[in-house]
Amino acid sequence: MRGWIAKIARVGRVTEAAGDLPQAVADAPTGVLGTLQVRHVDAGSCNGCEVEISGAFGPVYDAERFGARLVASPRHADALLVTGVVTRNMAQPLRNTLEATPAPRVVIACGDCALNRGVFANAYGVLGAVGDVVPVDVEIPGCPPTPTQIVAALRSVTQR
Amino acid sequence: MTLTTDATPEAEQVIARHNGVGPAVAGLTTSAVGVAGVWIGLAGVLGAPRAVQIDWLVPLIGVALQLDPLGGFFIALTGAVAVPVGVYAIGYARREHLGVVPLSVLPLFVAAMLLVPAAASVSTFLLAWELMAAASLILVAAQHTRPAVGSAAVFYAVMTQLGFVAILLGLMVLSAAGGADRFADLSAVTPGARTAVFVLTLAGFGSKAGLLPLHAWLPRAHPEAPSPVSALMSAAMVNLGIYGIIRIDLQLLGPGPRWWGVTLLAIGAVSAVYGVLQASVATDLKRLLAYSTVENMGLIAVALGAATLLAASGAASAATVAMAAALLHLTGHAAFKCLGFLAAGSVLATTGLRDLDRLGGLARRMPATTILFGVAALGASGLPPGAGFVGEWLLVQSLIHATPHHTTALALATPLAVGAVALTTGLGVAAMVKAFGIGFLARPRSDAAAEAREAPTSMLTGMAAAATACVVLAVAPIVLATPLRRVLAVVPASAGADPSGLGTVLHLPGLAGSMAPGLLAVFLVVAVLAAVVASRWGSRRRPTPAMLPLWACGADDLTARMQYTATSFGEPLQRVFDDVLRPETDVEVTAFEESQYLVAKVAYRARISDVLQDLLYTPVVQAVTFCANGIRRAHTGSVHLYLTYGALGVLIVLLVAR
Amino acid sequence: MNLMSYLAGAAQITGVALGAPLVIGVTRQVRTRLEGRVGGGVAQPWRDLRKQLRKQQITPHGTTAIFTAAPPVLAGTTLLIIAVAPLVATGSPLDPVADLFAVVGLLFLGTVALTLAGIDTGTSFGGMGASREITIAALVEPTILLAVFALSIPTGSSNLGAIVAHTIDNPAQAVSLPGVLAFVALVVVIVAETGRLPVDNPATHLELTMVHEAMVLEYAGPRLAMVEWASGMRLTVLLALLGNLFFPWGIAGPDPSAMDVAIGIVAIAAKVAVLAVLLAGGEVFLAKLRLFRVPELLAGSFLLALLAVTAANFFTTRA
Repeated sequence: MRGWIAKIARVGRVTEAAGDLPQAVADAPTGVLGTLQVRHVDAGSCNGCEVEISGAFGPVYDAERFGARLVASPRHADALLVTGVVTRNMAQPLRNTLEATPAPRVVIACGDCALNRGVFANAYGVLGAVGDVVPVDVEIPGCPPTPTQIVAALRSVTQR
Repeated sequence: MTLTTDATPEAEQVIARHNGVGPAVAGLTTSAVGVAGVWIGLAGVLGAPRAVQIDWLVPLIGVALQLDPLGGFFIALTGAVAVPVGVYAIGYARREHLGVVPLSVLPLFVAAMLLVPAAASVSTFLLAWELMAAASLILVAAQHTRPAVGSAAVFYAVMTQLGFVAILLGLMVLSAAGGADRFADLSAVTPGARTAVFVLTLAGFGSKAGLLPLHAWLPRAHPEAPSPVSALMSAAMVNLGIYGIIRIDLQLLGPGPRWWGVTLLAIGAVSAVYGVLQASVATDLKRLLAYSTVENMGLIAVALGAATLLAASGAASAATVAMAAALLHLTGHAAFKCLGFLAAGSVLATTGLRDLDRLGGLARRMPATTILFGVAALGASGLPPGAGFVGEWLLVQSLIHATPHHTTALALATPLAVGAVALTTGLGVAAMVKAFGIGFLARPRSDAAAEAREAPTSMLTGMAAAATACVVLAVAPIVLATPLRRVLAVVPASAGADPSGLGTVLHLPGLAGSMAPGLLAVFLVVAVLAAVVASRWGSRRRPTPAMLPLWACGADDLTARMQYTATSFGEPLQRVFDDVLRPETDVEVTAFEESQYLVAKVAYRARISDVLQDLLYTPVVQAVTFCANGIRRAHTGSVHLYLTYGALGVLIVLLVAR
Repeated sequence: MNLMSYLAGAAQITGVALGAPLVIGVTRQVRTRLEGRVGGGVAQPWRDLRKQLRKQQITPHGTTAIFTAAPPVLAGTTLLIIAVAPLVATGSPLDPVADLFAVVGLLFLGTVALTLAGIDTGTSFGGMGASREITIAALVEPTILLAVFALSIPTGSSNLGAIVAHTIDNPAQAVSLPGVLAFVALVVVIVAETGRLPVDNPATHLELTMVHEAMVLEYAGPRLAMVEWASGMRLTVLLALLGNLFFPWGIAGPDPSAMDVAIGIVAIAAKVAVLAVLLAGGEVFLAKLRLFRVPELLAGSFLLALLAVTAANFFTTRA
């Protein structure tokens, strides 16, 4: 434990400076700025986007300072962060998840696979892009998108 | 455990014809006897003591009755329980087609129970006790066509009679040492005889009250009896075991020495913890309630033991508080246990199920029964604002205020007693949450539960009457203040302090501490309403509310069998206490023929039997069987040998009597 | 008992009601700073709650009135505890019910309400959370009552105001052997009751590791806001009670002046802040215990409480 305290003191704060506030793409749900509960849904991704998302919520990029927080249940969430192409097995669960989210809500599609099927366009297990299954409000292009892009997309919703 | 009483249409009509007037008459008679009991009991508590001697009723000894505050309290309590049970029995007997014999014995059972606290002599007491035991046995065996009922009735009969033998011996020793048959004429008793009477009566009355280790009949007999009978047995008959202990050991034999208090405390604590532990892992609703009775009787025994120990150590105020706790908890228990069994009976009558693993979803089909069982469960859990809170609060207060007078025994006993009471409360809440939550909430786990119908009006009326008593005792225990004061004055352990501070706000006599249960309930309601108002903030900006399917992690095919059952709910507690409970679990995994790594079916079986029964009773039964087999050799069938036995017997009697 | 007492009571209720999200924010910010991040700020829970109050209210199929009634009951019991506990001033207007055993009972009642709501959802996770929560609550009960017993012995009463007043008059009480043992036992109790590490992780996403969170998975919008607010209030009032039972200096007396009340408010706010920082700081170095290790932890705290009572019986001079 002494080692940990020493390390905490030595490392200090590692968060990079925040950039400029991006333009609002979708309205902040309920009109309260600076708060967004996000429920992540993996509809069939390779987990590359998940690694970048965990980096976005990590100490270096720290999406929490702009009010975004990951939650466990869609009933607690305002936004669904959907990664990956939509496979046949995950189509209905994705729709169920969206229906379980209380209004007002937004859907954020993260990564090229979620936007236009990406590299898995002709795979046999794929139903379509996220936009083919549920309506999408915010798009984050990239394969995978960088944590900076993910944080910018979240800030465009939280407006903070 | 499913009860199948599918009668053919013709048989139904025949039964209906026979049952037309019977249930109503039996039920109303029982209630009338109950009302008479309440009236007589209150007269005994509030008025002057009266004695009656009826010599012609029984040859040689006569029947001696008396009415004093202690007896009157128990008579009133028994009568008060019988009133709602009688009304309930009208509808229940019709639904369950109870026969002529149980219906006619029901009022007699109540009358016998009213007679026991009125007995003024040893012989009358024993007579009334046996009447009560015989009547209860007939009622337990009412639905004897079910196999479980037969074995339960035999078990109950044997244990009741063994208890009666212990009481008989104890009271005979008392009568011989005291030199009289009537309680009022008993003179001082030698210490040796006192000890013998205490041990024997504690064994006998303790068994009737359901105290360990002679409790095993309770969780076997109460579930198998018809529900109104279970209610009477759990809410009125077990009280008479406590009455016997108070009357003989605490009143007639005077304030007991310290070791009596420690013994009662120990037995009560063990009974309470073991009973509630079994209740928290029980999956049969009525067995759960039966073990809850064991738990509450254990708590009352703890209170009695604390009163004796405190009085013997010089802490008079704390002793009075402990005795008041015992009596208040007794009353509260009678109310909520009666209601609990009546509600369980109405569930059983409509679904045929006692098994919590297959119930559920009854809140929508039987809303009134659900609310009423909720009141009973709140009382049984000992939380504010339930009916069991005030008694437990007084008990804990009496234990924590012991210290100014402490001796080493008291200083060691009181923390352990508080710990036991606290563990009992915690586990009791778990048991009641399981009974109410799994049994009545969420969705039905079987077709029988899905097709439940609300109970008929007579059953609901009886339950509502019991629920009213629960609520009154929870928020206004002041209604018992005067009777309590009169009873506390006649018991030596509690006669030391003046309990007049027990009003709307319960001020402990001579000690620092107060509680206002009515105010607590009012403030709680106000606070909940304030929370509701606070949640309205921002409501104008909300979208319209919606009723949606369950989230359940996005699964589409969620069935009602995927809910938690009572077995799964109690499993963590079962694991924590598995050394005490010794569950027998069996997991059977069936794989596909083609590959043993693909599982086709998993079957889990758990059986929790009463550990004490296996550890203590089975060896005793085996020893008795062994001796009996040995004595069988004396039965050769030869008449000459039997005549020799007779002659030898007469010779021995002649020699001894000389 | 004057007008100032009533004002003090009102101040403590509004203070805890509005300050509870701040306390949650402080615990989150401490963890954030120790992890090297910036975090959302101590006011973030306020924003979250305001937002949740404006969201859609959802009632799942198959639930009963228990599901809708549980959040107000949880919040109501907590509000009553706040009203009863001596936080800003001793001698509350609700003195007849200001008994420590009543507070314990009300805490348990709130837990029971949420547990029944978890069962009522009819999902496997709701039942699982309910079963675990009630097991922990049942096993924590002996420790709580014994710790209360240990605190009542020197005072001669379990009335909250009397205990606080006694500790003010006898400062040595707080550092005596029974006091220290009772303090440690109560810390474990608070951790278990409020669902913090190492008993339960409030920020977990893995349903199979959840205890408290599993019961509230189905709550949305305003009901979720009430549950989270009530949980925050429970943590705040328990920390405040812990502070005032063992370090009551700064609390206003039974007949306070306006200055006494102001000092009392500042004192309790400071104590809660310090305790919240210590709690969150300690949590950073702890991992969640396996579920069946928690009874061992609770048994250890039970033993400490039993030792506290024994020490109080034999070593304290009676009041």
